[in-house]
Amino acid sequence: MLTATGLSKRFGALVVLSDVDFSVRAGEAVGIVGPNGAGKTTLLNILSGTYPPSSGRIAFRGTDVSGLDAAARCRIGIARSHQIPRPFHGMTVFENLLVAARAGGGLRGRAAEQKCLDALGQCGMLKLSNRPGATLGLLDRKRLELARALATGPDVLLLDEIGGGLTDGEAAELVAIILAIRARGIAVVWIEHIVHILVQVVERLVCMDAGRIIAEGDPKSVLRDAAVIDAYLGPSAAHAAVG
Amino acid sequence: MIFLNQLLQGVFLGGYYALIACSLSFLFGVMRIVNLAHGSIVVLAAFLLFVLADRFEISPWLALIAVVPAMAALGWLLQRFVLDRALRGGLLVPLLATFGLAIVLDNALFETFGADTRSLSPFIGDLSFDSWSLTDDITVGKMDVLILGSAVAMLGAVSLLLARTRIGRAIRATAEDPGTVELIGIDARAVYGMATALALAMAAVAGAFLAMRATFDPYTGGAQLIFAFEAVAIGGFGSLWGTLWGGIALGVAQNVGASIDPSSFFIAGHVTFLAVLVGRVALGRVAA
Repeated sequence: MLTATGLSKRFGALVVLSDVDFSVRAGEAVGIVGPNGAGKTTLLNILSGTYPPSSGRIAFRGTDVSGLDAAARCRIGIARSHQIPRPFHGMTVFENLLVAARAGGGLRGRAAEQKCLDALGQCGMLKLSNRPGATLGLLDRKRLELARALATGPDVLLLDEIGGGLTDGEAAELVAIILAIRARGIAVVWIEHIVHILVQVVERLVCMDAGRIIAEGDPKSVLRDAAVIDAYLGPSAAHAAVG
Repeated sequence: MIFLNQLLQGVFLGGYYALIACSLSFLFGVMRIVNLAHGSIVVLAAFLLFVLADRFEISPWLALIAVVPAMAALGWLLQRFVLDRALRGGLLVPLLATFGLAIVLDNALFETFGADTRSLSPFIGDLSFDSWSLTDDITVGKMDVLILGSAVAMLGAVSLLLARTRIGRAIRATAEDPGTVELIGIDARAVYGMATALALAMAAVAGAFLAMRATFDPYTGGAQLIFAFEAVAIGGFGSLWGTLWGGIALGVAQNVGASIDPSSFFIAGHVTFLAVLVGRVALGRVAA
């Protein structure tokens, strides 16, 4: 459904992504892992339209969306969440969603409100509807980030390290929410360092290193892949693991 | 009784300050853009209305119907071609850009219209001097009531817009985090454009009342900016209704000052502004 071909990104002389092909099918959940600086967030930023690629093209449901900015991509169904949650502090939780449902989802009046209630319910935040965004704790901020993205009515949800900084119990709650989102047929692309929570959700895992995809496929076999262990732990560890 | 009258006239004068401060309060408090050209923009609108009234004999009220959208369009262009670039340069650049714009506007108006003092009061009939006598000592100008009413209506309308409407919420969200709104489908540049258009539309209304209640010339803008800024600051940055109270506090202070000693009209206002500012800092509640 979302297909990127030949993506490259250079910041000056620094090559962050080189010739990456990446795709997600409708309703699929894909995880992206890789060491720091592998280009994971850059890939997500290019998919969401935060900045354009240096080369390559992106298609969504068969149409080229390479020229659309982040706002326009959100309106056609590509939503993303930030690594560090950024709620609108001066607004209530419900208003946070309402702006999203109206602008990103193109909904009006009752339909917009209903969409917000659905998204809040989905993320277990109904009780917090009238709390100002500024007063939320970390887990609730992450839930709000998810709920706000859901309110735009996405077909693909791009998640950037949403599990970071949470306790095991909190992470488990988050996993349950994301599984429920998947069950609704929304495709998920999830970057995460905490691999054990990632594999509970995704059916396909992509491993990146130094701006390239070095392995992809079934999560278990990717994690056993020699190149992956090499990237994470260095060549000697890979040798030891294989040997 | 005379003192009560001074107080009442101060409240009405404050209504005028609040009216010219609406646009500044919105841009400054909500959008975090310090518009130093505000006074000059108000005077520009006054001149546009004057030209329509003087050369084309159009009633200033009717002329407003044309000038408000024209100023809104100008606001949109101002955002697109000046402020949008300036905002990316940090806090200081919009300050310098709008300061420069004020100089250009003032002198362009001087070049075009000369130094003559103008007023719209000849074009609005009795309204400019008509009044209601409440008692023997207290009379209330009809224009003053209209101005205070317009200030309340405009601040109320903007507050409602921000609190209740789709575009209002989009404006609040964008002012807070222009990067994140892109991710929920809002075009931040378009929202900034609309907000600046709204601000200049309000400045057009302020210009109309400036020109109707008093006189103006190409260099009147500076003083208007100072009064508007003081009203916003006294009322608290970011609070639209605060601007109304700030304007009234300023107007009352000036009038009370003048009733004690006629030459202390301006200084009493400035001292009040300073006292509020120092008081806020002392209480650690400065919001900027």
